[in-house]
Amino acid sequence: MKKTHIKRAAALAVAALMAGTALAGCGTSGTNSDTASGSTKAEASANKGDASKGKVYYLNFKPEQDKAWQELAKAYKDEKGVEVTVKTAAEGTYEQTLTSEMNKDNAPTLFQVNGPVGLAKWGEFCEDLTNSEIVGNLTSKDFALEQDGKTLGVAYVIETYGIIYNKTLLQKYCDSDFATVKSIDEINSFDKLKTVADEIQANKDALGVDGAFTSAGMDSSSDWRFKTHLANLPIYFEYKDDNVTDTDAIKGTYLDNYKNIFDLYITDSTCKPTELASKTGENAETEFKDGKAVFFQNGTWEYDALSKSLKDDEMGMLPIYIGAGDEAKQGLCTGTENYWCVNNSASDDDKAATLEFINWCVSSEAGTKAMAEKMNFTIPFKDAKESNNALVKIDTELTKAGKTPVSWNFTTMPSEEWKNGVGAALTQYAAGTGDWDAVKTAFVDGWKTEKAKAAE
Amino acid sequence: MSLFFSKKGKSMFRKPKRKLYALIFVLPTFAAFVIGFIYPFIKGIYLSFFQFQIVNRTKFVGVQNYVKAFQDESFLHSFWFTVGFVIVSLVLINLIAFFVAYALTIGIRGSNVFRTVFFMPNLVGGIILGYIWHQIFDGILRNMDMPSLVTNSDMGFWGLIILMCWQQAGYMMIIYIAGFQNVPSDLYEASKIDGATKGQMLVKVTIPMMMPSITICSFLTLTNSFKLFDQNLALTGGAPLKDGIWTTRMMALNIYKTFYGEGRSAKGVGQAEGVIFFLIVVVISLLQLFLTRRKEVQA
Repeated sequence: MKKTHIKRAAALAVAALMAGTALAGCGTSGTNSDTASGSTKAEASANKGDASKGKVYYLNFKPEQDKAWQELAKAYKDEKGVEVTVKTAAEGTYEQTLTSEMNKDNAPTLFQVNGPVGLAKWGEFCEDLTNSEIVGNLTSKDFALEQDGKTLGVAYVIETYGIIYNKTLLQKYCDSDFATVKSIDEINSFDKLKTVADEIQANKDALGVDGAFTSAGMDSSSDWRFKTHLANLPIYFEYKDDNVTDTDAIKGTYLDNYKNIFDLYITDSTCKPTELASKTGENAETEFKDGKAVFFQNGTWEYDALSKSLKDDEMGMLPIYIGAGDEAKQGLCTGTENYWCVNNSASDDDKAATLEFINWCVSSEAGTKAMAEKMNFTIPFKDAKESNNALVKIDTELTKAGKTPVSWNFTTMPSEEWKNGVGAALTQYAAGTGDWDAVKTAFVDGWKTEKAKAAE
Repeated sequence: MSLFFSKKGKSMFRKPKRKLYALIFVLPTFAAFVIGFIYPFIKGIYLSFFQFQIVNRTKFVGVQNYVKAFQDESFLHSFWFTVGFVIVSLVLINLIAFFVAYALTIGIRGSNVFRTVFFMPNLVGGIILGYIWHQIFDGILRNMDMPSLVTNSDMGFWGLIILMCWQQAGYMMIIYIAGFQNVPSDLYEASKIDGATKGQMLVKVTIPMMMPSITICSFLTLTNSFKLFDQNLALTGGAPLKDGIWTTRMMALNIYKTFYGEGRSAKGVGQAEGVIFFLIVVVISLLQLFLTRRKEVQA
């Protein structure tokens, strides 16, 4: 039933669009095809402006996909004749770029927020997408970002992270005499993971590696893996226990587990803990690609880089076990922190053009193909194509096998400052100049202060 | 600037007849000054009384931003950290620059080469310097089996001082060299005849005659150190964090971080902190100008 509804809406939207174009051709602009209004909700918003006369300006968040977006924008112009400008903010400066771009007359018509926290700040600039076509195309309501009952953002990519491992090396360990764990499939809890990592570390020369885990670099190019992604796990389990999806005051119930896994990362590592403060993301990536480490905590977005050195069947991904919850059922961490928002102060034509563009990206043959194959994205839309990404496939298999994915709760982390605070405390802890209590303080007390700030 | 620094500048006011076309020459600079400084400055003060996300959608909140700025512990901490940094760097940079300049004006071989070498660090951007020194410090510390610079606030502080001395001393040295060369040699001859020792010549002749250079150099180091941003961002980024406060974050960086922080009031509070910052810098540098200019003498 829902499908026909969408089809009808799409047909009407196209009809309205064509009518608009025809009228524009006659030079009688300003006549809106209001005749179609009231028939379905979906085309109501598309109807307000004339998409063919509008322009799209997309401020992209992901530098690694800039090239693919430029190509897609060009393809869209060739097909529809609508100009799409894509600009990409330099890594780590999206907030600053967005602020300055939004101040301009030619502000982005399409931008992104990272979840509820970003929405609290930019919500007043977001067009209500509740009845738009793109929201109707989502595979689940969970991927719509809502505020006060209105859908203001749409997730456009689903990503997964966990502990990526080098299958060849891990198998080599399993086949060794010193191995307690004799098969990769047996690794299904923190204790097992620790045993494996400790034994690899103890026999690193025999295995020809520098350490079990790649360096847990705390340079800003790498620290997000721990201050954000790893920190998600204690938050996830606490939310689950308390049956909440957000909180103003985190209790830190699972911080000891967080400590255990972080300890494992920094002790069974390719370098001394004191060196971690300046290790970069590239360091870890190179160590993994060169086969100098077995485990590498990272996500599906890393596939592009890894696939240059490793074949698809040489890569595996394990859930991040921290010794909490039902570990046998624990899956990979899957979610999103990328939501599209349409600028509500753009002209009606531009808004219509933008809505049509994003919907084209996630539903047309060319759009979905580009997103799946060029960007290696898994998109949460009905017409999505299967991505080539081998790491994504692992996630699909695990979910099929009945594992429960760990959701991304770091979208509820209070602020960048909070993450930086936890990151700095972890850095000091690893270096030996700070103790774990400082991490706890940054985590628990910092949460409270930063949440209070964000609520102002 | 010349109004501040040159005694001769005063005489300008006594010449009432000035050609009108002089105004035309001033116009381009004046226009740039208005567009690039006066307008944003006034708008900045205006915005500090508003809550805003972008500059043309604002909500008046009165002095609330200023109240929050003064309650912001990180702002107060950054103020004291900056003051400490300014005092130490002001003294060290000027001492180093003065003695290097002195050494390079007494006619040792290769003076010109040394002058160039010492001046060079100034040509490198602050961000690059910050990252390079970060690597250098971390490399040294790692060899000594000590943790990184970013995990210890005292080391962060001295790291910043070393970086700034290295960068700024060469520039100040050039100004001091010009100062040394301007001291008339007959004064030295006269003092020599009167039987002055080398030390007495330095204290009684050179330093008083150098006061204009000292005024300029201390003004420049004072304001540069107060407004330091790039090097701070690249060297420590404010780390480490202690009790919820970024211990090596100076005022400018702290304001920037506040401005881009979370919450709807962040931008307004950042703006208010910027205005307070401006007032502090103006008051302190005017005070310094007044104090050092009093000591200036004329030959």
